[in-house]
Amino acid sequence: MSASLVQQLIDGLAALMLLTSFALLAQHRMLSVLNWFAAQGFLLAATAAVVAYGTDNHELYISAMMALLLKGMLLPWLLWRVIRKLRVHREVEPLMNSTLTMIIALGVTLFSFHIIQPIEKISELMTRDSMAIATACVLLGMLMMITRKKAITQVIGFLAVENSLFFAAIGSTNGMPLIVEIGIAFDVLIAALIFGLFFFQIRTTFDSLEVDAMNVHLIHKDDDE
Amino acid sequence: MNLFLATLLSPLVGGLLLGMINNPRLAARINIATGVSTFTFSLLLAIQVLDTKSVDAIDGWFHLDAYNVFLVALTTFVGMTTTIFSGPYMRHELEGGRLDLPRLRLYHSMFQLFQFGMLLGFTTNNIGVLWVSLELATLATVLLVSLYRTPASIAAAWKYFILCGMGIALALFGTVLVFFTSSAVLGHGNEALNWTALYAHAAELDPAVMSIAFCFLMVGYGTKVGLAPMHAWLPDAHGEGPTPVSAVLSGLLLNLALYALVRCKMLVDGSTGTDMAGHIMMGFGLLSLAVAALSLHKQRDIKRMFSFSSIEHMGLMTFAFGIGTTLSSFAALLHMTVHSLVKSGIFFTVGHAAQAMGTQKMSEIRGLIRHHPGIGWGLLIGTAAIAGFPPFGVFTSEFLLFTAALESYPWTTVPLLLGLLVAMAGLFRFVQPMVYGEVAEQAVQVHVNMLPVYVHFALALALGLAIPGFLAGWYEQAAALIVSGAVSGGGA
Repeated sequence: MSASLVQQLIDGLAALMLLTSFALLAQHRMLSVLNWFAAQGFLLAATAAVVAYGTDNHELYISAMMALLLKGMLLPWLLWRVIRKLRVHREVEPLMNSTLTMIIALGVTLFSFHIIQPIEKISELMTRDSMAIATACVLLGMLMMITRKKAITQVIGFLAVENSLFFAAIGSTNGMPLIVEIGIAFDVLIAALIFGLFFFQIRTTFDSLEVDAMNVHLIHKDDDE
Repeated sequence: MNLFLATLLSPLVGGLLLGMINNPRLAARINIATGVSTFTFSLLLAIQVLDTKSVDAIDGWFHLDAYNVFLVALTTFVGMTTTIFSGPYMRHELEGGRLDLPRLRLYHSMFQLFQFGMLLGFTTNNIGVLWVSLELATLATVLLVSLYRTPASIAAAWKYFILCGMGIALALFGTVLVFFTSSAVLGHGNEALNWTALYAHAAELDPAVMSIAFCFLMVGYGTKVGLAPMHAWLPDAHGEGPTPVSAVLSGLLLNLALYALVRCKMLVDGSTGTDMAGHIMMGFGLLSLAVAALSLHKQRDIKRMFSFSSIEHMGLMTFAFGIGTTLSSFAALLHMTVHSLVKSGIFFTVGHAAQAMGTQKMSEIRGLIRHHPGIGWGLLIGTAAIAGFPPFGVFTSEFLLFTAALESYPWTTVPLLLGLLVAMAGLFRFVQPMVYGEVAEQAVQVHVNMLPVYVHFALALALGLAIPGFLAGWYEQAAALIVSGAVSGGGA
């Protein structure tokens, strides 16, 4: 494979990454959200593998393997089991004002290109074009965390942000040093397990997975009456 | 570097051991023993580092200098007294039925793992590992905040988890951006994430990238410091978790986040050569002071009230580090010490007060001095100390901060003074009726252990009266380090 072909492949994968971020934001069926999340994990692994091939960086193959196992398979599978057990896999989450969310998402994407493009130029890596998209994906994941009302989709937003950060690391620097990658992956795994425990606690305590049902217990703590 | 390893590994070993022990009395004793041994090792380590200025451990993976070894000693000290406090406190909770044995085991184990995460974060030489350990400490405390499994505590832990997860993700993005520019200078490897190597090459890092990186790091780590407007998680997490956890959250975890932020600022200053980072920190600091001082007045829950006081003081420290002179950094370090000591002491007292009165609602806590003089006076003295009354150390550090502000940015003294006055009024408005007057009807006798509280306050008092020479020298070394932005001595 020639270098320009690798570069085109990376750009194509970056575009698909952006697509999954938008899809996660717009989907309202629980299972579809999960499927898109899994697709994002596979895309990450593919990107890491292509970059590893293009730059002949062997550490990155290990990162790609970790992404495939953790983000493409293990985490979606864990989440899938949780939503089956909680019997919410058929649930449809009403999105609040989806037109407005999409317009904000477009704005966020343009903003990312605006701040990142000037600094992209100083890089000589073949992956540098994907930096702005990675930034956009990070912010879109955060937008998903803000706009979602259910605990599970909030967590998928959180994990999508982690995915985008991994993507950003590959795009801007061809991956963080392996020891840091492993540390981050370990933290994400622990976080996901704790999230899983929380779902059941939230469900038994509040009889619902709506975040608003929880916040009621905190709001009355502020202010007089 | 055996002392270093002993310091770092004792909480890890203790935490793993405590995860297997069901007997509450034995577990409490092992918890204390772990705390004491960690503190002893760290003290010996600190003496060694003070002699040699800086120490690299394990092939440069860890770096100790005046700045972080002082925080290590502070962390292990407050950690130790918290283990002593938590013995009788957690036993009371267990007897009162708020906890069961498996969750007490979880508490002990997670407490020590939290300490491990803290120490790893302070001592690591790698900016990426710092992020990982801060996340580790956060995850441990999430489980601790939700320990009681009440609806409010689960909601608080969720909020803490989501908000800090989001914040810390931004910090990771900032770290990626730092690596983006540093790997171009130092090559693609661990070297490019080492503080020592980064400081040595700070001037070669791209200023534009570092500026953007700092914005992400500021908001990210700032969320964990509890700076306004990202502070929403902090009062809930402090209010709903067990009291020993509130004490270490306020006294220690916030310090680690601020430590990370200051390290980043030193790096950005070296790269950009401007005051941009300092000015941003000053802005966040003043805003936090104002928001916390005003929010204090609206509180009804005693632990929430004191957690807003923590936001106020973290704001002051951020402001002081932002000014960036030797004097202001000295003041910030001193303030960090006395705030950790006094605030954790206050939380210990508040925990006992809440147990004695059976509630955390300030309107139902009455007549503490008459009911139990130790708790009552403890709360009153602690409040006086944290509000900045002489002769306590908080007064000294705030006075130094004022002097520094007057030298560099005279106009800031007006909002500073105003914020401090409003906050002080808020504290006393609530504390006075709680300590004086008739005892509330529902009050019960509890077994208290006020020793850690008195030790903390006595130390804060001693720091206010006269800072011992070796400690002053230590602060000076650390302050000089922060201002110059260079890591002294050893290096990569």
